[in-house]
Amino acid sequence: MNYFDTDLTTLHEKLVNKELTAEQLTRETLAKIKADNEAINAYITIDDDAAIEAAKAIDAKGINPDNLWAGIPVAVKDNIVTKGLRTTAASKILENFNPIYDATVIEKLRANDVIVIGKTNLDEFAMGGSTETSYFKTTHNPWNLTKVPGGSSGGSAATVSAGGVLAALGTDTGGSIRQPASFTGVVGVKPTYGRVSRWGIIAFGSSLDQVGPFTRTVKDNAALLNLIAGHDEHDMTSSDKEVPDFTAGLDGSVKGMRVALPKEYLGEGVDENVKKAVLDAANTFKELGATVDEVSLPHSKYGIAAYYIISSSEASSNLQRFDGIRYGFRAKDVKNLEDVYVRSRSEGFGDEVKRRIMLGTYSLSAGFYDAYFRKAAEVRTMMINDFKKVFEDHDFIIGPTAPTPAFGIGEDSSDPKKMYMNDVLTVPVNMAGLPGMSLPAGFSNGLPVGLQIIAKPFDEQTLYKAGYAFEQATDFHSKTPEIGGDK
Amino acid sequence: MANEEKIDKAQVEHVASLAKLEFDDADLGKFTTQLGDIMELFNTLSEVDTTDVEPTFSVTDQFNTMREDVAVNSHEKEALLKNAPDTQDGFIRVPAIIDESEGAN
Repeated sequence: MNYFDTDLTTLHEKLVNKELTAEQLTRETLAKIKADNEAINAYITIDDDAAIEAAKAIDAKGINPDNLWAGIPVAVKDNIVTKGLRTTAASKILENFNPIYDATVIEKLRANDVIVIGKTNLDEFAMGGSTETSYFKTTHNPWNLTKVPGGSSGGSAATVSAGGVLAALGTDTGGSIRQPASFTGVVGVKPTYGRVSRWGIIAFGSSLDQVGPFTRTVKDNAALLNLIAGHDEHDMTSSDKEVPDFTAGLDGSVKGMRVALPKEYLGEGVDENVKKAVLDAANTFKELGATVDEVSLPHSKYGIAAYYIISSSEASSNLQRFDGIRYGFRAKDVKNLEDVYVRSRSEGFGDEVKRRIMLGTYSLSAGFYDAYFRKAAEVRTMMINDFKKVFEDHDFIIGPTAPTPAFGIGEDSSDPKKMYMNDVLTVPVNMAGLPGMSLPAGFSNGLPVGLQIIAKPFDEQTLYKAGYAFEQATDFHSKTPEIGGDK
Repeated sequence: MANEEKIDKAQVEHVASLAKLEFDDADLGKFTTQLGDIMELFNTLSEVDTTDVEPTFSVTDQFNTMREDVAVNSHEKEALLKNAPDTQDGFIRVPAIIDESEGAN
């Protein structure tokens, strides 16, 4: 089986009517993702026994007809801690780490009878845009196995794209949900900063990190955000704002809505086919009765520099905890305590993580703090003000998610600066804490192209409303990669 | 801006020591070039006039939220120690702070 021809509501009905048991669904899902894992390599760990056990328990209890997610298997990015299930952040330093608690989002999944089927591959500590910096494996794009799936949540995106699961969780610090969603032709949402608890997420950039869902459809995506959103006493940055039903108001209409198209998002370096997909999308919104205005976000071009200073600074602080003492890898044949720190970190972290730690340490160090970290934080304020101005008279912003479709495995991995530039269209959303979505909007030489939609803080409802209208008016989301096989 | 000159090997070694990392000669050369390249990108921020602009360190609208000052049972010691690389009698064991190869002090 695969998940190409179904959606959450259809599967839920089958489970409620007992046409399908949670155990059958789980076993078929396991068979599918294992068969795909040779070609795609989306998973670091597949949790057979526990998944089947959980499914049996849910069958025994009975599927709650009011809970759409009961008995549905979901994949989870391997930087989200799962009790008793190895969690590595795709790093050697956590190769054997076995968490003793569940992240809040995992607690919420389990409380709603969702089955955690396995842990997906990512760039080490979520630092990268191709999933190539993983210590364990390289994940391949289901649309073309010689291409990257994007990153850092490449495994989660790839398994949803290949029809291996209905949904997966990822994290997004500078585009790590939206860019892989764009590269693999699925729907990915980074919620507003504070909408979802970060408790139990292995921290990267704490003022930027958010958890969010990958799905094949906009409606299923909204349904998964319903499950994981909300205030959490363990994360004091999580918002106590009321969580609306994100699936409500999906009526296919954007009539009268005001759409902004920033001219900076179609500038130099953006692939012609990507531009075309975005301009076509603008026309689709016009045909649906919205107005589209060209606007300016003048500080966009400084986003990459400011983002890499801030995220690396936060990372250098967060990753101090990996010292070889309390958990994780400890180097052998050490002479003294200092040696444990230095050698465990030097042998345990990969090159990209070391680069970020170095950039962050430098940006925060005496004599450079004002010129780098503080300056970046000031530019961040200006980027936020750019967005505020546009949102004074617009409901949402559209643009490309990434400047290009998926690039080749190995193509950019030796040039870190070039790799960083790929994030130019996604990082502003994290800097401003806004909600952003990527959804299928076209193809370029057989590879998917994503449209990015950006809304005001805590206005995910507009994101989903606009995304749903676009999805209903187009058929890009119904295309599936051949790797999926027996469609 | 404070530093328009390219970062050199000595600076990279200094930053590595602050970050508790070490590099061999080949990696030191590679990192010095790559970091220099990226710092050039960082230096473009000096073009932006940020006079009178307040920095943003967090975008949350939450203020410090205090919990009740009551003891709660969180994690058990035994479970917490399960992931430690080396333990003894309920403690985490580490090498001596003084270099053992230098003999008795």
